[in-house]
Amino acid sequence: MEDIQKFTFSVYTENNIGILNRLSAIFLKRHFNIESMTVSKSEIDDVHRFIFVVNITKSQSDKLIGQLEKQIEVIRAYSHTEDEIIYQETALFKISSKHLYDEDIQSRLKFKRANIVAITPHYFVIEATGLKDEIDNMHDKLKPYGLLQFVRSGRIAISRPKMAISELLKEYS
Amino acid sequence: MSTETQTVKPTTTSKMVNISGAEAVIKCLLEEGIDLIYGYPGGAIMPVYDELYKYQDKLQHVLTRHEQGATHAAQGYARVTGKVGVAIATSGPGATNLVTGIADAQIDSTPMVCITGQVAKHLLGSDAFQETDIIGISMPVTKWSYQITDASEIPEIMAKAFYIARSGRPGPVLIDITKNAQFEKFDFEYKKCTSVRSYKAIPDINDHAINAAAEIINEAKKPMIVFGQGVILGKAEEEFKALIEKAGIPSAWTILGLSALPTDHPLNVGMVGMHGNYGPNKLTNECDALIAIGMRFDDRVTGNLDFYAKQAKVVHFEIDPAEVDKNVKTDVAVLGDVKETLAKILPKINKNSHSDWMQEFKDYMDIEYDKVIKDDLYPEKEGLTMGEVIKQINEASKGDAIIVSDVGQHQMITCRYAKFNKSKSNVTSGGLGTMGFALPAAIGAKMGQPDREVVAIIGDGSYQMTIQELGTIYQTKIPVKIVVLNNEFLGMVRQWQQLFFDKRYASTEMINPDFVTIAKGYHIEAEQVSKRENLASAVQRMMDSKDAFFLEVCVEKEGNVFPMIPSGASVSDVRLS
Repeated sequence: MEDIQKFTFSVYTENNIGILNRLSAIFLKRHFNIESMTVSKSEIDDVHRFIFVVNITKSQSDKLIGQLEKQIEVIRAYSHTEDEIIYQETALFKISSKHLYDEDIQSRLKFKRANIVAITPHYFVIEATGLKDEIDNMHDKLKPYGLLQFVRSGRIAISRPKMAISELLKEYS
Repeated sequence: MSTETQTVKPTTTSKMVNISGAEAVIKCLLEEGIDLIYGYPGGAIMPVYDELYKYQDKLQHVLTRHEQGATHAAQGYARVTGKVGVAIATSGPGATNLVTGIADAQIDSTPMVCITGQVAKHLLGSDAFQETDIIGISMPVTKWSYQITDASEIPEIMAKAFYIARSGRPGPVLIDITKNAQFEKFDFEYKKCTSVRSYKAIPDINDHAINAAAEIINEAKKPMIVFGQGVILGKAEEEFKALIEKAGIPSAWTILGLSALPTDHPLNVGMVGMHGNYGPNKLTNECDALIAIGMRFDDRVTGNLDFYAKQAKVVHFEIDPAEVDKNVKTDVAVLGDVKETLAKILPKINKNSHSDWMQEFKDYMDIEYDKVIKDDLYPEKEGLTMGEVIKQINEASKGDAIIVSDVGQHQMITCRYAKFNKSKSNVTSGGLGTMGFALPAAIGAKMGQPDREVVAIIGDGSYQMTIQELGTIYQTKIPVKIVVLNNEFLGMVRQWQQLFFDKRYASTEMINPDFVTIAKGYHIEAEQVSKRENLASAVQRMMDSKDAFFLEVCVEKEGNVFPMIPSGASVSDVRLS
């Protein structure tokens, strides 16, 4: 049996309605669970970039790339292993203001990329950016204070290898 | 009604001032050379139907009796002409009824454009009457889809729809048009689509791959070709024949590759797969080079992949990069349009004959003939076999007919025994296995090739799934020949129940109506045959008829289709009984 690994897919698409459905249906058809997803504009005007994180085998990943690229409005799809990308996630924690001066929370904030982004008489909001494990760790530590709300973004990732989308688009048209 | 080549106007731009979106839809169809569409009207598509009324001298609309029938008719038309089939329906149930045909066209790579009406833009998402999210529903089974909410989008989107449906690996495209967009007036300008920037229809040919493939083919002592519909879709029949004749390679077909190579061609060694021929299945696991051309290694072809051609070098000629290494790991993938890649490889191929190897196929064929074919075609038992009916049709058609089969035992028997002289003559639902496909598909096939005989061969179960299309045949006077092979069972399921479920015939027995009376109710000439001595004359009367004709043949109830590769078994384990 092949090993299951974490793959980060970068899918460059046209900016049209419904592409998300079309792409997610490809994962659904193969019974793959999407662990995280982010959509944003990309480095190219009018081209969107989807980032999907999925735990599958290498051969499943190769076939998935084929199916993703087959979609008319997909310009190119790439899959990368963990060592081929630089990636981050962002989280927001909303906590009651009565804990604002707790020492433990203050020490948590020493976490290298955590900031308080809002303070009101009733609550304050901590923003933290990092790897999934770092955010998970922070979540576990802050949970005892009663998280009023918690949210974490999907992974955003930049590949180490070159992805020549602009050149590809020139070649297409 | 239509010719082999797509009749598209040479002008690239056509203009009209202040016309409705509905009229623009018709103009787009005409610009694309469409003169025949299938459909069913309803509220949300009425503006387009109103224009169809005005343009009926230029664009024929065939009213099927169910929207599914419209898709299958469009598919039948596309399969025999190579042109894009068009089906049109209203919103809601009209649109959902198209889904089976769309899924069928997707898996069998059939070029089709479906147009659906949709509620007005301001009602989208309000659960309006006959509103359904057909874009969402159809997305996984369309090559492309788009919802038009503004009339001005119509020309560009329609042009794109036809380009995408027919280019590269063909497939179905669905265009959903809100009612307001059909009413709106705008200045129409049509420009044919020749490229879509995010879509590469045909991959570039890699000369290294051509050379590597040629080397494998030239070095092989026991090469075998398996060809699929890609040869037909790529209009590469001549290039294909030139290659196999030069290299002397035994060539077997998938169910959708059938008719790309004439039945009588000396290198045609029959069908691969679950009910394919004995030799090509057995020898798949003995060849030293397996050359796949325009096929996709469906599980019904390969059986258990762990025991499939492991000894062979695999070369795959394919237009769709996603098919390469999907099921079978290839040694060399030759991407591109087979018409070009086969032409390119031909000069690099050494002349050869492989006569000893070819003899192995013949030896297996002799075994199969003794154990299976003889009893299928020349039975000594009392009951009529499906095989002898097909043999009788072959004798009457001389192999020149278009044969449309449905899904099940009769389909396998038809594909095994029907004789073909000409390409694009076998129309069947291969990938999806859609029961009910044949009757409407035969209507489309006959309209696409009005000068050729079209015979639909259908099981009693499949027939009743779209039997209402007899109404379409009556209304249009399309002279299709309909043969129902009636064994009063859902025969293929019953065969599996017999072989793998200890004969527990759960819900496979059919208590059938009087099919002859039903056909006559639609004013279609009809006969029933249950005795061998009456079969030949009945088939001849059917073939001689200038009109539509229905022939019910009561065949043995519990006949089985062999050879058979049991589900999950290797191609080597193909059984003869």
